[in-house]
Amino acid sequence: MVPNLFAIFFGAILINNFVLTRFLGICPFLGVSKKIETAVGMSLAVIFVMTVASLATWGIQTYLLMPFNMLYLRTISFILVIAVLVQFVEMVMLKATPTLYQALGVYLPLITTNCAVLGVTLLNLNENYTLVQSLMHGFAGGVGFGLAIVVFAGIRERLDFAPIPKALEGFPIALIVAGLLSIAFSGFQGLL
Amino acid sequence: MLLVLLALAPAALFAVYHFGWYVLAILLTGTISAVLAETALLRFMKKPLTIVLDGSAALTGLLLALNVPAGAPLWMVAIGAFMAIIIGKHVFGGLGYNPFNPALVGRAILVSSWPAHMMAWVGPGLISSATPLAMQRAGEAVPPYLDLFFGLKAGSLGEVSVFLLLLGGIFLICKRVIDWKIPAAYLATVALMTWVLPARGQIGFFAGDPLMHVLSGGLVLGAFFMATDWVTSPVTKLGRVVMGLGAGIITAVIRLYGGLPEGVTFAILIMNGLTPLIDRYTMGRRFGVR
Amino acid sequence: MRSLRVFSRGLVDENPVFRLLLGMCPTLAVSTAAINGLGMGLAAAAVLVASNILISLLRSVIPDKIRIPCYIVVIATFVTMVDLLMAAFVPDLHAVLGIFIPLIVVNCIVLQRAEAFASKNTVFMSAVDGIGMGLGFTVALMILASIREVIGSGTFFGISVLPLAFEPMKLMVSPPGAFISLGLIIGLINYLKNRREAERGA
Repeated sequence: MVPNLFAIFFGAILINNFVLTRFLGICPFLGVSKKIETAVGMSLAVIFVMTVASLATWGIQTYLLMPFNMLYLRTISFILVIAVLVQFVEMVMLKATPTLYQALGVYLPLITTNCAVLGVTLLNLNENYTLVQSLMHGFAGGVGFGLAIVVFAGIRERLDFAPIPKALEGFPIALIVAGLLSIAFSGFQGLL
Repeated sequence: MLLVLLALAPAALFAVYHFGWYVLAILLTGTISAVLAETALLRFMKKPLTIVLDGSAALTGLLLALNVPAGAPLWMVAIGAFMAIIIGKHVFGGLGYNPFNPALVGRAILVSSWPAHMMAWVGPGLISSATPLAMQRAGEAVPPYLDLFFGLKAGSLGEVSVFLLLLGGIFLICKRVIDWKIPAAYLATVALMTWVLPARGQIGFFAGDPLMHVLSGGLVLGAFFMATDWVTSPVTKLGRVVMGLGAGIITAVIRLYGGLPEGVTFAILIMNGLTPLIDRYTMGRRFGVR
Repeated sequence: MRSLRVFSRGLVDENPVFRLLLGMCPTLAVSTAAINGLGMGLAAAAVLVASNILISLLRSVIPDKIRIPCYIVVIATFVTMVDLLMAAFVPDLHAVLGIFIPLIVVNCIVLQRAEAFASKNTVFMSAVDGIGMGLGFTVALMILASIREVIGSGTFFGISVLPLAFEPMKLMVSPPGAFISLGLIIGLINYLKNRREAERGA
């Protein structure tokens, strides 16, 4: 049990990083990575939502979809749960911790369409994870996303001053940096 | 740059002596391809061609060539050198702006593209032979420490003679071209971790062979000549220690628990990626700003 | 005539992948072989056309405040249909594309076209827009996937096309190769576009 959780944790962060190897959450990865501060804010919000979404969709799957044999409704029910969840988190945060809302609020609506969130819930389902495994996978997937986007933002801030060829400015150079990070992380293949 | 080329020369010449004349062809292919790629790109982007005289392209090509097995096909070395110069350097606007060490970018691309060629280790006379790290993993007897130190072993052609690499590294430290903190922290971390931690499938702490780990693989070459690259490593003193420490941890983790026997290339590339963050947070702490 | 312009816009000037940079996740993930690119592109195109039509039909019924959840339900319904159809008729391809079929739900292209076009235009125009954007996505995926497959595996649609002496560059079909090759292709397109504009201006 415990070594298994250990493998899920490092697997989702280093070996099959959600962004760099699984290609989940590329839009916010490219879009919200120009500054380190925003990247950190986005990561925290994503870690939170991915963990809670893993919990919520596990419940739906176990107590609703499986008993009534309605697994074909997973896509539609999961995305609705995530949309409602994000809305709910936004409202609770606004009431309970306005400071945190100030920091993360702007990222929350974007998270509904972050495919890392829907992706992790579908992967949990495909892998037949238990509740604890799902929670760990959701959390670690978020941390993996966070690690990738914060490191990426650091490099992009530095590249602001670089005389990059005009045709490569913006997204092309960002994709190349992401590719080189992906190569660097490929050294962890076969770990554990 | 010229001092670094000079410091690498003994180890490169030893490789020719140890492996045979074919190695000279590899070294020339790597260096000339890199210089040609640099010249072509400078022309294409209408930048002054004199930039090629700074020797950085030649150094990148030589470092790449030193990082392949002694029997590597020449076409592969040439592609690696092109990739190093184009994707490792010029897409970012040239020397001084590249976030990753170009030679290691070239090497990592070759490892991912043609793993069979990049793992085809040979000894003298290009007869295939396992590297010390692979022997140790397979539970075979590793050559004695003195052989490892003077370079009587298989491996990437530039990494074999630890003695001559150390000589070159110390020369560069004395000339203040590189900072001793990165290699010192790097080697110490790898030694400590490989001594203390049991490798996968083994039990018992404090039973490792740190000397074998330090003297094997690309560690000394990487620690002195690639992790110290001033463009892609931190500028702060504390940051440089962190760089060595981080690269050491990743290298040791990959060697002990990874799928690959060696992790120096990937460890340094990951730390290159972390360098902007390391600089930022070590600077903040020192001056109390931000 | 306007319909022709709407159609061609998705293919070239506002190509979702190369110009608008939408739908990056499936583009990078499945473009390892031309056949995967074609399958993924057509699946997304089918969802795009169907959801554009339905959303355009419903555009006066859907309340403005909850329009995004409504769009998502419509899109998710069509995605589920495509998912089940592919599982039944092309099970091998369906297995290769994996979770990226259900993930069409959160593909920015589909939602963006619903919000930016289908909710404001007639059913016919929305259908044309869906076809244009869908084909633009498919063509872009095919271009990227063909380049990656030929260099990375030496094949095209699974058939050997390069001489035996050529040793495939495995990097191209691995995750880092996806990022790097897409970055270089977009860079090349920008370069050609800049040069053409410079010539026109001179």
